[in-house]
Amino acid sequence: MEYMLMIYSDPNGFDKLSPSQQAEGLAAYGAYHQALQKAGVLRNSNRLRPATSATTVRLQSGKTQVLDGPYAETREQLGGYFLIDVPDLDAALSWAARCPGAAHGIVEVRPVWAM
Amino acid sequence: MNAAVLAAETAARQSYSKLIAFLAARTRDVAGAEDALSEALAVALTEWPESGVPHTPDAWLLTVARRKLVDALRRRRLDEDASAHLQWLAELQGDEDDAEPAWPDRRLGLLFACAHPGIARDLHAPLMLQVVLGFDAATIASAFLIAPATMAQRLVRAKAKIRQAGIGFEVPQGDALRERLSTVLDAIYAAYAEGWSDPEGVDARRRNLADEAIWLGRLVASLLPDEGEALGLLSLMLHTHARRDARRDAAGDYVPLSEQDPARWDAPRVDEAESLLHRANRCIGAPGRYQLEAAVQSAHAMRRQTGVIDWPAIERLYDALCELTGSPVAALNRAVALAETRGPAAGLAALDALAGDERLAEYQPHWAARAELLARSGATDAAQQAYAQAIGLEREPAVRRYLQQRAAALTQRASPAPGPWR
Repeated sequence: MEYMLMIYSDPNGFDKLSPSQQAEGLAAYGAYHQALQKAGVLRNSNRLRPATSATTVRLQSGKTQVLDGPYAETREQLGGYFLIDVPDLDAALSWAARCPGAAHGIVEVRPVWAM
Repeated sequence: MNAAVLAAETAARQSYSKLIAFLAARTRDVAGAEDALSEALAVALTEWPESGVPHTPDAWLLTVARRKLVDALRRRRLDEDASAHLQWLAELQGDEDDAEPAWPDRRLGLLFACAHPGIARDLHAPLMLQVVLGFDAATIASAFLIAPATMAQRLVRAKAKIRQAGIGFEVPQGDALRERLSTVLDAIYAAYAEGWSDPEGVDARRRNLADEAIWLGRLVASLLPDEGEALGLLSLMLHTHARRDARRDAAGDYVPLSEQDPARWDAPRVDEAESLLHRANRCIGAPGRYQLEAAVQSAHAMRRQTGVIDWPAIERLYDALCELTGSPVAALNRAVALAETRGPAAGLAALDALAGDERLAEYQPHWAARAELLARSGATDAAQQAYAQAIGLEREPAVRRYLQQRAAALTQRASPAPGPWR
């Protein structure tokens, strides 16, 4: 079953780290990525640019509205995701717990609606 | 916290497991007993801080819980069981004035019911935590990395199984005792291990879990004082618990066991663990898994006096553990000990023999051990790969940082694995 692990975190947190801490943080993600790959569960993964770079689009009363910024102005923003394929939710949660994002933010685990 | 409130909570807690065990042993309705007692506890926790803890808190709680149970039974359609239980409950009256409760301690039986072979193994520990100690499903779910809704559902089903399948609360005798006891001890150790995995103590509820598991271990050891394994498990838990604070330095960084300052170990706890192990070793029968593991911890603890780690002794103990359990984790630890007694090449050869074991593929200590031994034998690239794997599998930030620092120390230039995060 496919699960999306979505990492929500405060984008300012990363900027506040020292360069060596930033390198360490990124390397931790690299290692996590490798572990997922090695376990044969990784489908896809991406890091997103900060929410300040987001633009939202919606149709309201027949008119397209385009707005700067993310959908919701919250402190924690979606910063990246891992799409994994594991047997069940228990397995998905054990991978979520290992994600560095669980330490510096929150990892939301959502099953993918199979098409 | 207010002293009166604390006294009320302590007394209530002392009584809780005894009363659940007593009521559920008769009705086998664990959920019903929990409902009745939690209502009684709520009353106690409002009244006792005002009026003081009653002379016999058990009897007080039982009286209130009994009333709640009777109400609940009457609300249910009256079947044969219900009327039998109602009659039994009616006969319970009058106990309140007795200084000593007239009813037996059935807690051991309750533990055996929770760890019954008819209940899925991975539910034994969660069930004990809920039924015997009154933890809520959400807290247990976090500790065992299970979705709270799923955990709640599994616990409800397990309790229904106890009732419907008629799982007994009898303490097995003879050979069956040894066999069933090992599953009880495994469940207690599982609860301890989950509590242990929060060494930074960020999560107060989880830190509590390790203490609660020790409490369960003490309960079993006191009720079965001649069972070496029960004493062994308690010794093992106390040994590791004694090192809790020593596992982090002042900066909050991880300190591995061999580099810990023994002066920071909790000396009275170590002493208690040692004397329990001595008692365990005098018990009848060959030493079991927990006695052997406690002996390993004892060998590490000897560093307090001798200043050195007795690796040959540890190697022999892991030999015995491998023989006894066939556990891949024991084999892994044996390989680590071998590397100390006979050099990294011997350790690596033993690790290579385990390389195909699926159960170790996602086990962080396996990769960390491999990385360490590869690094020691000069295979830098392979060591980096293994470190990356260990880092990727680790949950705790402090341990992750430690592994990253070890990996970085291997080479001057930092070489993080490529990935979308670069």
